[in-house]
Amino acid sequence: MLEGWVIVGASFAYIGLLFAIAFYADRRADAGRSVIANPWIYSLSLAVYATAWTFYGSVGRAASDGVGFLPIYIGPTLMIVLWWLVVRKMIRIAKLNRTTSLADFVAARYGRSALIGGLVTVIAVIGILPYISLQLKAISTSFQILMEYPQIVMPAKAGALSVMQDTAFYVALFLAMFTIAFGTRQLDAAERHEGMVAAIAFESIVKLVAFLAVGVFVTFVMYDGPGDIFERAARRPDLAALMTPFGGAAGGYASWVWLTVLSMMAIMFLPRQFQVAVIENVDERHVKRAMWVFPLYMLAINLFVLPIAIGGLLHFPDNVDADTFVLTLPMARGNEALALLVFIGGLSAATGMVIVETIALSTMVCNDLVMPLVLRLRKYRLAERDLSTLLLDIRRAAIVAILMMGYFYYLLAGEAYALVSIGLISFSAVAQFGPVMIGGLYWKGATRAGALTGLTAGFLVWTYTLLLPAFAKSGWLGFGIEFLERGPFGIELLRPTQLFGLTGLDQITHAMIWSFIANVGLYIGVSVLGRQSAAEHAQATLFVDVYKQTGERGLQWRGTASASSLQTLLGRFQGPARAAELFSAYARERGLKSVEELEGDAELVRYAELQLAGTIGAASARAMVATVAQEDPLGIDEVMTILDEASQVIAYSHRLEDQQRELEAATSELKAANDRLKELDRMKDDFISTVTHELRTPLTSIRAFSEILHDNPDLDAAERQRFLGLVIKESERLTRLINQVLDLAKIESGLALWNTGELDLREIVVDAVNATSPLFRSKGVAIETAMPALVPAVVADRDRLTQVLLNLLSNAVKFCPAGTGRVQVRLAADIGGVLVEVRDNGPGISPEHQAMIFEKFRQVGDTLTQKPSGTGLGLSICRRIIGHFGGRLWVESAPGRGSVFSFVLPCPTAS
Amino acid sequence: MKRPGRRGTQLACLFLLGCLLFNFPMLALFNVPAKILGLPVLYAYVFTVWLLLIVLLAVVMERKD
Repeated sequence: MLEGWVIVGASFAYIGLLFAIAFYADRRADAGRSVIANPWIYSLSLAVYATAWTFYGSVGRAASDGVGFLPIYIGPTLMIVLWWLVVRKMIRIAKLNRTTSLADFVAARYGRSALIGGLVTVIAVIGILPYISLQLKAISTSFQILMEYPQIVMPAKAGALSVMQDTAFYVALFLAMFTIAFGTRQLDAAERHEGMVAAIAFESIVKLVAFLAVGVFVTFVMYDGPGDIFERAARRPDLAALMTPFGGAAGGYASWVWLTVLSMMAIMFLPRQFQVAVIENVDERHVKRAMWVFPLYMLAINLFVLPIAIGGLLHFPDNVDADTFVLTLPMARGNEALALLVFIGGLSAATGMVIVETIALSTMVCNDLVMPLVLRLRKYRLAERDLSTLLLDIRRAAIVAILMMGYFYYLLAGEAYALVSIGLISFSAVAQFGPVMIGGLYWKGATRAGALTGLTAGFLVWTYTLLLPAFAKSGWLGFGIEFLERGPFGIELLRPTQLFGLTGLDQITHAMIWSFIANVGLYIGVSVLGRQSAAEHAQATLFVDVYKQTGERGLQWRGTASASSLQTLLGRFQGPARAAELFSAYARERGLKSVEELEGDAELVRYAELQLAGTIGAASARAMVATVAQEDPLGIDEVMTILDEASQVIAYSHRLEDQQRELEAATSELKAANDRLKELDRMKDDFISTVTHELRTPLTSIRAFSEILHDNPDLDAAERQRFLGLVIKESERLTRLINQVLDLAKIESGLALWNTGELDLREIVVDAVNATSPLFRSKGVAIETAMPALVPAVVADRDRLTQVLLNLLSNAVKFCPAGTGRVQVRLAADIGGVLVEVRDNGPGISPEHQAMIFEKFRQVGDTLTQKPSGTGLGLSICRRIIGHFGGRLWVESAPGRGSVFSFVLPCPTAS
Repeated sequence: MKRPGRRGTQLACLFLLGCLLFNFPMLALFNVPAKILGLPVLYAYVFTVWLLLIVLLAVVMERKD
């Protein structure tokens, strides 16, 4: 049954099924009903980690090392424990930056450096070539073995046949076409491939089922369960040794530990793992379930590896390669269906890896290696042409080139190593990304120069200690085994596999130690010694503090450009229709009716750059946007904002300073309030003592005169009359005083009743003058009034206002010299109000007394020698009354020149 | 820096536990030619610890916050 056409037919049927799944998933995605948007599919897509290496190679490794194949899966399990912290952060950053690949991610972290992106791409491509060659080798080997059925014959060595007869060559070509069809059908703004992910998830199920099937078959059909297999193994000393693979020395453990570390790096930084875990992630919450489902998958697919390996060793003599046991054991028992299923399972493991890896690598090559160079050519910058087909062509060419290079690596070095060893060379290469990636996520101080030197050094050491020996063993490049044994130019210290005399370790451990010393050492050293530019620091902050970002990006493009030029630019890479669609979507989001209304502000520039970054990567997008947008130089304020740490500290200290200032202000206010309270308290005491004093004076007089009258009943009538008159006068003064104190208290407490209405001031002046005219006459003081025919009405209380005028007039007459006294009352319309002046030709008031006279109980003159002629409350009350109606009362005077008391009342009509 | 929170702490502890159990000298304790339930002890140990780690991981990740 297993003729050639059946095998080929089954392979094509399987590939056709993959296409159908991918097509369906893409259709669903376009319809907005994604099939991959669930954590199970995400977990299964991560299992692209299990390649032909796992499928065929693990058994080969187990046949020589026992459990020694397991660090490749235990390392990822340990790393995944930290994924909730690490990968979630990478997903968040990648989404914010529209990252398209691992190279893009690293480049963006280190100041959007095209140089770093290019370097990462070169390392990734060269590093992954052995890995791709491994898949080609596995497919072609399994195909050739299956073709020989029912015989079990190991295939011819690679290179023994001409290229045209070599199955691996056709496999490479076929995979290239297949990948092109899968990955580069369209340019996606987010560089996501839903169809591919769905197909990969399906492939993960196929390879797991196939492997478990063969595991159950070998363990339970060929043998009597695991107990039986291990029992038989224990009876053969060479197999019994596999159960205790570490031997006695600690050297075996070093290898185990380094393989674990290596795999921890690989699960994060293999381009395809980064692609499925970060770029293709739909929802970061999917990581949650994948964190235990994916390790469970790895455990399941490894469960039967050791039983199969031992079963194969027990069953076959030495001439069968342990890497083929998975396939040759069912064949040996004549189970054709299982053999075909195994072949398909191996095919699915290999194709899954090749598809995702080459798509990831071709994106890198296009966005981070070729585009930055193309964009340097002026004619592409300036030509108004559609670059989207160019982008696709570059990617297609990259896919073919990568697979062909993988094939040639297979020809050159493929036979010198077992599957796992080939894969480990690739693992060691991508592990070089570990320091710059992890450091970039958590260490803001890591610089571009540090990343560049660390990566370069690590890569060079890797090349020297792993890649060159691989070539040397195959006799390629002109130098052979003696180069490995004696070192270059006979310098033994520089032997690639025993660098600086380090021996006793396996090749991978040896290479990892030296490359990590170089990589990490220079990365940290150069970063610590060097300095970051502002833009670099901005990107570093964006990455390290990604959880602190709220919504939009930290540092915005500070420039402006015309909206149409941005749209044209985007159109050149994504097609004009797609660009128009994106811009109108943006306009709609902003609540604008059309794209024409868009302003080419910093936000729009940023939007266009992000869209572009999704197609050509961050570094190239920056460069392209720079051709149409003018960036303003950074102002000092922006620099301060960028220097987040510094600025935060500054902001905090500013705030502290502010608070301190506020505190000081509050303290001084409190102090002032306290002083004022004390002053008020003192004033109240003064007031009470003054009032009581003022009350006592007339009381004393009244009492004295009353006693005289009482004690001298024979006082003559005239004298008695005089004394009674004095008693009455003093009583009146007492009454007046008490009235005024009450009045003042009422006004001050706000309890006074005001009968407010519109008044004509002229009437009040006339009334007041009439009321006081007896006083003027009796003292011989002349009074004149000067009033315009019409004054604006004021709003006030008639009685209160009369009270003020009476007070001012009686004061004036009081201080005028008898006989020659002259008082003038003038009424005039003033700006916004009415002015009333009462002028006398009395002794005048010295400037230092002018403020005092309005205080309570203050009277000018010596109260000890002169008998006070008023209560000392009148002016104080007047000022409060005028103040109540929004006016102002003041005095202008100089000693010897008389005084002018004036007040202004606002009138509503004038304002 | 953002504090890792409760789940973060649990995960960090789990990571350290895994590093400890999958390392020298724990592995050396089981690197002996003995069997348990018909399985070599090292093989049994590695897979048991692995499964334990996955179960703990599942508990930590699937529990509601």
